[in-house]
Amino acid sequence: MYSKEFVTNVYRTLLTIRVFETECIKLYRQGFIRGYFHPYLGEEAIAVGVCAALTDKDYITSTHRGHGHCIANGANLDKMIAELLGKKDGYCKGLGGSMHIADTTKGNLGANGIVGAGIPIGVGAALATKIRKDDAVTVTFSSDGAANNGVFSEALNLAAAWDLPFILVLENNQYAVSTPIKESTREVELVKRGESLGVKSFRIDGNNVFEVYETTKEAIRICKEEKGPVLIEAVTFRHGGHHVNDPGLYLQKEELDYYMSKDPVEFARKYLIDDLGLNESEVEEIDSIVNKQIEDSIEFAKENGEMSSKEFLKFIENY
Amino acid sequence: MKELMYREALNHALLEEMRSDDTVFIMGEGIAERGGSFKVTVDLLKEFGSQRVIDTPISEASFTGAGVGAAIAGMKPVVEILFSDFTMLIMDQLVNQAAKFNFMTGGAGKVPMVLRTQGGVGNGLAAQHSQSLEAIFYHIPGLKLVMPSTPKDAKGLLKAAIRDDNPVIFLEHKLLYMNKGLVPDGDYIIELGKADVKKEGSDVTIIAWSNMLIRSLAAAEKLEEQGISVEVVDPRTLVPLDKETILESVRKTEHVVIVQEAIRRGGIGSDIASIIQEEAFDYLNAPIKIVAGLNTPVPFNLNLEKIVVPQEEDIISAVQNLVGVYQE
Repeated sequence: MYSKEFVTNVYRTLLTIRVFETECIKLYRQGFIRGYFHPYLGEEAIAVGVCAALTDKDYITSTHRGHGHCIANGANLDKMIAELLGKKDGYCKGLGGSMHIADTTKGNLGANGIVGAGIPIGVGAALATKIRKDDAVTVTFSSDGAANNGVFSEALNLAAAWDLPFILVLENNQYAVSTPIKESTREVELVKRGESLGVKSFRIDGNNVFEVYETTKEAIRICKEEKGPVLIEAVTFRHGGHHVNDPGLYLQKEELDYYMSKDPVEFARKYLIDDLGLNESEVEEIDSIVNKQIEDSIEFAKENGEMSSKEFLKFIENY
Repeated sequence: MKELMYREALNHALLEEMRSDDTVFIMGEGIAERGGSFKVTVDLLKEFGSQRVIDTPISEASFTGAGVGAAIAGMKPVVEILFSDFTMLIMDQLVNQAAKFNFMTGGAGKVPMVLRTQGGVGNGLAAQHSQSLEAIFYHIPGLKLVMPSTPKDAKGLLKAAIRDDNPVIFLEHKLLYMNKGLVPDGDYIIELGKADVKKEGSDVTIIAWSNMLIRSLAAAEKLEEQGISVEVVDPRTLVPLDKETILESVRKTEHVVIVQEAIRRGGIGSDIASIIQEEAFDYLNAPIKIVAGLNTPVPFNLNLEKIVVPQEEDIISAVQNLVGVYQE
């Protein structure tokens, strides 16, 4: 049984990601956001469960589908939405966009437009903490798609050879863009790849935020009391296509229905009501706080200015 | 001043920077106990231990990426890639990650990493161990590119590279490691982006770097005996490029020969020539001559290896022809 405070925080963060993505997709449709936008809808429990177990000293690296990781890691929503709109007070001053949001002051070493590339970067952050003897772990969020990239095996092996405090979280949403996992690899249980490298590995329900949280806590314990790295394969499913302009028609209906029935936001909401005895209106109060917050951040982002070409030319003068 | 080999000068730079800054650490293949294939990292393991002098598996993309990650997380890694040819394995981490992180984060993130590697022909190592690939790095915004030719420059530039906040490609040459030269005692740095006039002259300017600088100096000496006064300019860092020192020399001699070991096509020499013609066209008394490697992979056979990269005679005859054109 988790405390009311803990679950309320978890629910609020899950819902923040849900509303953030939903509202930003609307902004995309309205032409306020351009470029690529890879929604995290349906996978929220992984970012939230993992980050709930982390402290300020820990590092994360994220992916192209990274908004959820940023939010769960405590990112400022004004700066996030401003970045999606290409504005000057965005996390990257409008130079990065959706796939490059980072906040090194909070240990978020960045989303990444290259699938798999965050794995060696995360290994490097873990190496830094080991050299400095920091009491910290590094979590790299990655995916089933990235598992077929060369640096997955190389970097996880490196982390194992060097006993690094590194946790590789594979968000196995079972599709790499449109290709189902069974077409891209013979052994679909990616957990076995970790085991084959001598890495303690777990395969869990990625839609159950508590299971993700408990597994991450155990992974941190292993990194600190035994030796890392640890691999967590969190099985989940996207609620839609690869990005906002992909209708995801290849997603199998029965699979989608199944995962919709295990929606992570609904799961936490139900827990608050059924297990912790909150009433509907108490939960709705959280909902309205979250909605208002996103609304305000959208307002901020819309009104925020842009970097001028003069400022840009100054910025790049040493390139 | 003390006479040191190029590789010893590099070793001293690493030693001093590691002593003065705990965040500096080095990693690469066989660099710890073995001291590196070119003996640049000898004895560092003894002083700094295996936490800061790290042997890596043969996983170039990933240990370079680990360098990038460690740099973002506050360390100053010096990553060694045994042959510049192997940097082709690390291009994502270098080009898409290290070079762009500062930019993509709007200036908030930094990647203070040095990537040491070595290139060039020598010792019959054939097509996959002899390339001069500097133009590839030169082309990527966000990377600095250093190519020292002397022990003194090697030490001062490596120390500056380690202290720099940006990713720096530090490209050594396999034929330079045993070269000796006078090196100032103790701590000094050579600022990145400052060319050095290695020899003063008045008739023609040779612009060359790395091993071609050494070869150009030898050629210049013979040309002096023939009454041609040659100025030899060593850019030392190609990014940033010290245009002013180059243009000043061009304005003085009015004749330019650019010597590069890399193949001619798409080379740095061509870019420097384009800068000169754009900014000092009125001073030129003859077309700019580029002496460069042939557009070919490097052959194994020694005689053939010699014809694919500029030799001393090639530089001498290029200068003679250029000045001759002028005299006629």
